[in-house]
Amino acid sequence: MRLSIYRYDPDRDAAPRMQDYQVALEPSDRMLLDALVRLKEQDDSVSFRRSCREGVCGSDAMNINGKNGLACITKLAELPDHVTLRPLPGLPVIRDLIVDMTQFFRQYESIKPYLINDTAPPERERLQSPEEREHLNGLYECILCACCSTACPSFWWNPDKFVGPAGLLQAYRFIADTRDQATSERLDSLEDPYRLFRCHSIMNCVDACPKGLNPTHAIGKIKEMMVRRSV
Amino acid sequence: MAVTIRKFDAIVVGAGGSGLRAALELARANLRVAVLTKVFPTRSHTVAAQGGIAAPLANSSEDNWHWHMYDTVKGSDYLGDQDAIEYMCRRANEVVVELEHMGMPFDRLDNGKIYQRPFGGHTQEYGSAKMAMRACAAADRTGHAMLHTLYQQNLRASTQFFVEWMALDLIRDPQDGAVLGVTALEMETGEVSIFQAKATLFATGGSGRMFFSSTNAFINTGDGLGMSARAGIPLEDMEFYQFHPTGVYGAGVLITEGVRGEGGYLLNKDGERFMERYAPNAKDLASRDVVSRAMTTEIKEGRGCGKDADHVLLKLDHLGPEVINLRLPGIREISIKFANTDPIREPIPVVPTAHYQMGGIPANFMGHVVAPEGASAESTVPGFYAAGECACVSVHGGNRLGCNSLLDLLVFGKSSGEQMIRDIGSLPKPHRNLPKEAGERSFARLARLDGASSGERVADVLTDLRRTMQAHCGVFRFPEMLIEGVAKVKQIAERAGRTYIADKSKVFNTARVEALELDNLVEAALATIVSAEARKESRGAQSRADFPDRDDGKWMKHTLWYKEGNRLDYKPVHLKPMSVDSFQPKVRTY
Repeated sequence: MRLSIYRYDPDRDAAPRMQDYQVALEPSDRMLLDALVRLKEQDDSVSFRRSCREGVCGSDAMNINGKNGLACITKLAELPDHVTLRPLPGLPVIRDLIVDMTQFFRQYESIKPYLINDTAPPERERLQSPEEREHLNGLYECILCACCSTACPSFWWNPDKFVGPAGLLQAYRFIADTRDQATSERLDSLEDPYRLFRCHSIMNCVDACPKGLNPTHAIGKIKEMMVRRSV
Repeated sequence: MAVTIRKFDAIVVGAGGSGLRAALELARANLRVAVLTKVFPTRSHTVAAQGGIAAPLANSSEDNWHWHMYDTVKGSDYLGDQDAIEYMCRRANEVVVELEHMGMPFDRLDNGKIYQRPFGGHTQEYGSAKMAMRACAAADRTGHAMLHTLYQQNLRASTQFFVEWMALDLIRDPQDGAVLGVTALEMETGEVSIFQAKATLFATGGSGRMFFSSTNAFINTGDGLGMSARAGIPLEDMEFYQFHPTGVYGAGVLITEGVRGEGGYLLNKDGERFMERYAPNAKDLASRDVVSRAMTTEIKEGRGCGKDADHVLLKLDHLGPEVINLRLPGIREISIKFANTDPIREPIPVVPTAHYQMGGIPANFMGHVVAPEGASAESTVPGFYAAGECACVSVHGGNRLGCNSLLDLLVFGKSSGEQMIRDIGSLPKPHRNLPKEAGERSFARLARLDGASSGERVADVLTDLRRTMQAHCGVFRFPEMLIEGVAKVKQIAERAGRTYIADKSKVFNTARVEALELDNLVEAALATIVSAEARKESRGAQSRADFPDRDDGKWMKHTLWYKEGNRLDYKPVHLKPMSVDSFQPKVRTY
C-alpha cells in the first residue's frame, strides 16, 4: 500500500513535509497500525505513539485520510490503497504524528474529573441501583484519545477557553453519577460564554469518536440542566 | 556529561494500577513524589484488563477470605507464599470498597451493591464444585474503569507526573547496595536526568512482548526487570508465564475469562464441550493453566477448528444479546473488529496466548525488594520497592487466578505506599550522596546507540526473540527445545548489545526508546527460559514433557536468576500463613 505521511522533526527540518512510502504488507496485517509498524521497520525515524493495539489505551489517534481515528482499530481492508496520515489537527506537533496534548489534558483537568463526595464513606460500598449506574454508560468509556476535541472547530478556535467535547463528556459523567455531590459546583464552573456554550452542536465529535460515544448528547444534557436551574 | 538532578522523597516508576495506587498514598501523605511513566497514565496496560477484581464481598454468593486464600494457594500450584496470599485476601474487600468510594463505576446488583461474577478457580468451601461469585466487574472494562479512577484521584491529590519519561537504570550505593534513584530519559527532548529519592518503587508491569503471540501492549517490555537485573538484583520464578486460554486467533487480543464466567464455553471441531473431560467439576472455569493445556492438547490431537485445525471456538451466543450487550460489550466490539465475528451470532475463534508474568522482582508484601545476603535468603534492599506485575511477592506462584492481578495492584500498590511513608519517616532529612559514577551505565548505553553507524536492526532482533520464546518456551515445554532455546536467546541477547538505529534525533526518538526497551526485554526473556530449562518438574504454568508431575520434594522452591553469569539460586516457599493453618499441597484437580 501507499502511505503519505506528515513528517516533521524540529531537530532537522525547517518545515513540515509529506513523505510517500510504499509498504509491503504481510497477510497477517489487518489494521493500519500493523502497516505503520511494518513501515517503521523500513524507516525507523517515522514517529507515532502506540500501545495497547486494541483500541482501549487511546495512544494512536491520528488523522487518517482526513478523518480522526485510531490506527489500531482502523481496518486496512476498509481503507483505499493510498492513505494519507497527518497528526491530529489543531494541536502543536512535537514530531511527525506525535502531537502535544497539554491543552487537551488541561481542559480535561479543568472539569475536576473525579468523584466529589465529602460525606464520610460508609464501611461498605455506596449503593447505586442498576438504573442509576446505567446513566454512566456511554460516558465512562472515554479513552482520552482526543479524536473528538481535535475534530471540533470550536476547540480549534478556543482550545484555551472551550472545554471541548472530551472534557464535557467527562463533566457530564460526574454530574450523572448519583454518588457525586458537586453538581451545582460543576454547573457553575461551566456557566461561561466559552467553557460550555462554544459547543454549537456541529457533531464532528460524534462522527470522530472511535468508541461510538456521543459527546454532543452529553453536552445537551448539561445545557438542559443549566436552563432548568435558571427557571 | 552535565546532568540535571531532581530530588524527591519518593519516586514511582510506572503509572499503571499499582503505581497509581502507591502514588495516591504517597501524595496524600504530603510527601514529594514523582511518578515517571513512558506513556500517559491512562495508556498503561492496566487499561486492558477486562473481567474483574477478586474480592470476597459475598454480594451474590456466600464467600470469605479463607476460601479466596485457599483458591489462590491451590491456583498457584502451592508455589505462592502463603503469608503474602493471606495478606492479600484479607485486604481485598477494603481496597475494592475504597476504589468504589473513589468513584469506580462498578456494575450493580438490584440491591445497589457491586455486581460480582464467577471466574476460573473461584470456588466456595475450599474447592467444592460450587463456584463463588467473587469477580467485581465494570462490564468487561474493569481495568479501564479502575485505571481512570485511580488517575482521577491522583489529579485530585496533585500528584506530580513526569509523562513520557522512560526510566533507564537503577542507581545503587556501591557501599551497601541501597537504591538511590534512577536515571530517566525525557522522550520529548532526549534529555537525561537523575531522579534522586529516599524510596524508589518499581511498578513497571510485565514483559509479555517477549512472546510472538501475546495479549500484551507494545509497552510491556519488562523495563523494571531489565533495570533490576543490570543492577545485580535477581529475578524470581520467571519460568512461570501464564498463557491465557482465550486470545483472539491470529490477533492475540484478550477475550476475558468473564465470558466463561457469564456462561460461555469452549468447543472443539466436533462441537464437543471438551473441558468436561479435563475438569469435570469446574469445566470451562478451571484454572487458566489447566484450560490452556486442554486447548493445546485438543489442537495437537487434531480436534482444532478451522482449515488449519489450529484454534478452538468460544461460544456465547446462547447468553443472548441482552447479557452480551450489558456485561460483555467490549468483547463484542473486539470480536467484530479483530475476528470479523459477532459473538451474538457466532462463536469466537480463540487460542492460548501469552498473558501474564507470575515471576518478577522479588518483593515481600510490604513492597520491600528482597534478595539473598549473607545467611538471609530475603534481606531487604534499602530504598527499593516493587509492586504489581513486575514484582514477585509471590501471591501467584506457578499460576495466577483471574482477577487476582487487579487485586494485587491495589493491595500491594497501597501497602508499598504505606511502607515507603513509614520508611521515609524514619530516615534522616538529607538524601544520601550519589556515587560519582551515578548514571554512567545509562550514559554508556545511550552513547553506544548514538555512536553506532551500523549493527543489528532492533526490529530483527526483537522478532527473533519473540519467535524463539514462542517456539521454545510455550504452553508445553520439551527438554531439547528448552536447551536449544537457552542457547538461542543467549545469542539474541548478545545481538541486542550491538543494535543500531538510523534515527539520531533528540526529539521524541521512538527508535531509541525501542532499542532501550529491547535491552530490558532480553534480560526478562533470558531469565524466563534459563529458569524454565533448569526446573525439572511440571507445576502451574510450567509444563514439561520429560517431567510431567509436580515434585514437591525437590522443587517446592522459588527460582532466583542473576544476570551476572546467568546464575541460578533458590529459596524456600513461605508455607506458613500469617494467622491460619498452612494449606498442605494436594494433587490439583478442578
